Amino acid sequence: MQKVNRLKPFFENLEFEREDNHMIVNFGPQHPSSHGQLRLILELDGEKVSKATPDVGYLHRGMEKMAENMIYNEFLPTTDRMDYIAASSNNYGFALAVEKLIGLEVPRRAKVIRMMLLEINRISSHLFWLATHALDVGAMTIFLYAFREREYTLDLIEDYCGARLTHSSVRIGGVPLDLPKGWIESLNKFINHLPIDIGDYEGLLDQNRIWKMRLEDVGVITPEQAQSWGCSGPMLRGSGIAWDIRKEEPYELYDEVEFDVPVSTTCDSYGRYKLHMEEMRQSIRILKQLIPMYYETSPEIMAHAPQYLSAPKEQIMTQNYALMQHFVLVTQGMRPPVGEVYVVTESPKGELGFYINSQGDPYPYRLKLRTPSFFHTGFLQELLVGEYLADVVAIIGNANIVFGEIDR
Amino acid sequence: MMRPYSEKENVQKKPYYSDRFWVAPQIPKEPVESDAIFASDLDVLKAKFEIKEAYIQRGQMVVYINPADNVDVLMCLRDELSYNFLSEHSAIDWLAKSGEFEIFYQMLSTCKHKRLRIKCFIKEKETLKSVIDVYKSANWAEREMYDMFGVIISGHPYMKRILMPDDWYDHPLRKTYPLQGDEAAQWYEIDKIFGKEYRDIIGPEERDGARIDVDDTYRFAHINHEVPFGAPRSLEKTVTEYQEEGGVFIVKKLKKEDAKILKERP
Repeated sequence: MQKVNRLKPFFENLEFEREDNHMIVNFGPQHPSSHGQLRLILELDGEKVSKATPDVGYLHRGMEKMAENMIYNEFLPTTDRMDYIAASSNNYGFALAVEKLIGLEVPRRAKVIRMMLLEINRISSHLFWLATHALDVGAMTIFLYAFREREYTLDLIEDYCGARLTHSSVRIGGVPLDLPKGWIESLNKFINHLPIDIGDYEGLLDQNRIWKMRLEDVGVITPEQAQSWGCSGPMLRGSGIAWDIRKEEPYELYDEVEFDVPVSTTCDSYGRYKLHMEEMRQSIRILKQLIPMYYETSPEIMAHAPQYLSAPKEQIMTQNYALMQHFVLVTQGMRPPVGEVYVVTESPKGELGFYINSQGDPYPYRLKLRTPSFFHTGFLQELLVGEYLADVVAIIGNANIVFGEIDR
Repeated sequence: MMRPYSEKENVQKKPYYSDRFWVAPQIPKEPVESDAIFASDLDVLKAKFEIKEAYIQRGQMVVYINPADNVDVLMCLRDELSYNFLSEHSAIDWLAKSGEFEIFYQMLSTCKHKRLRIKCFIKEKETLKSVIDVYKSANWAEREMYDMFGVIISGHPYMKRILMPDDWYDHPLRKTYPLQGDEAAQWYEIDKIFGKEYRDIIGPEERDGARIDVDDTYRFAHINHEVPFGAPRSLEKTVTEYQEEGGVFIVKKLKKEDAKILKERP
């Protein structure tokens, strides 16, 4: 009898020695292509996967529990650690949920800056996706190229908020800073050059025989599957369903900018690759429209709501009452009204939702993080069945999963 | 000596200051009739099932149903009312207040552009039917709900813990579960790695990530009082040289004139 409480592999219901052509392979959690800490138990029939069991939880930090023990502003930096490839989109999702909860309107300049950050994050995330996915499939050059361009997006974010990985670049009620001097110029330079770079990637990959063989008709997701498994983002649009939350349920100023929602009807990995490329182009298009919008706005960047938000720093330093408010908000936290909201945003990976149940305390009574990768990883148990072992890595890479937001 | 009394039913952090005259405002609940699409959806549901309460809050309809109806209601929503996505599904712990879990199903209809929330209450030991046959996205959501709250689900093909280890004790998102983990959590890794017999030798795991021990030289360095890794602390001052002040040059072979720093993108 195996001792259960010792650190030895303990697999119930799993037989490793079999007489037929079946084999059980343990994939991960330290596999370089598992994109984090994904462990897959693959049952193989020859080279074909007959059963796949994803096992997650190796990066579980209990964020929902932490949220219940933190005031709202304290929790915001924790959201950075969810989808750490595009941290601002998580900050933004949380800030928007709290703003909906307390019913706050954000100044227009803050909205423009937030949208700029969101789109830069989207480009950054898609470049990272392309680089690692191509590396998994065997294209080394594209990895170096995409990371070079990603560096410029990180530089832009660093210039804005000082951080490259955990941005915390959004605040509840607005943004912490106005754009620094010369930022728009470097943004302009970046978005003017990026279409050429995307052209380079496509030149390397689009007609590449190996790339096409590895991706075409691999990981086919039918629209029914995508709906039933709760897919979102490119995974959903890759199945021919045109659903982009920015377009369908617009938040911020997405109803004022023009952009298209690319959809792929081939349902395979190659279609989703084309989709990601097109989404980057659309992000550039949005950024180009945002730059003139920025100059037309008035300089407020934080909403005025003394009950919930601290006053600007100049007022705190000069006015007694603002200082008192600030002291109370920092030591005790804001107390939103009793009620619940479920607020979704289109993160680079898909539908990022924050469900907040508030009982009027400074701490949320329940905060549920709905992350796209969690549902996409759950879908792997059906998606991988019938595929070849060599394609497993391609499909995982294509699904664009990030473990920070699966395990939370 | 007596330990100070602390509430065990809800060990979450609480505000240390509360104004007893302050009444928390409510987010307004609008009647369902104010939205035509939601109203017609609710009529369809009302004709078939018992609806306990329904209202609209912040643009999303909330419908309370009987927990026994959950599969049928979701089936009706999917097939007749074209709510094609189950975006999220989880529970809220009200055990301290009423001994119940509040279960919510967050639905989305892409053709109607509407989101609604189906809710029901179940008792702690009550079983909830799995909705995995209606929406497959409930597969992992239900596993997570069982893992985090201990809500018992019937009819799930692989009901196992998902985020916590299989042999973990208790369900961490319950309000009775402390943030730093309970007694079992302290010994979990010691028992796993070394075995129970080593408990006395090694001692419990430090579960508070923010704890700072000044005598610990394994995890903390003491600036200006540096000692070898793990050696006992000493008060003797050590000299630290800084490169900026003309001290040691860390990279010895670096030639500054050979380094090229780009001001902007080539």
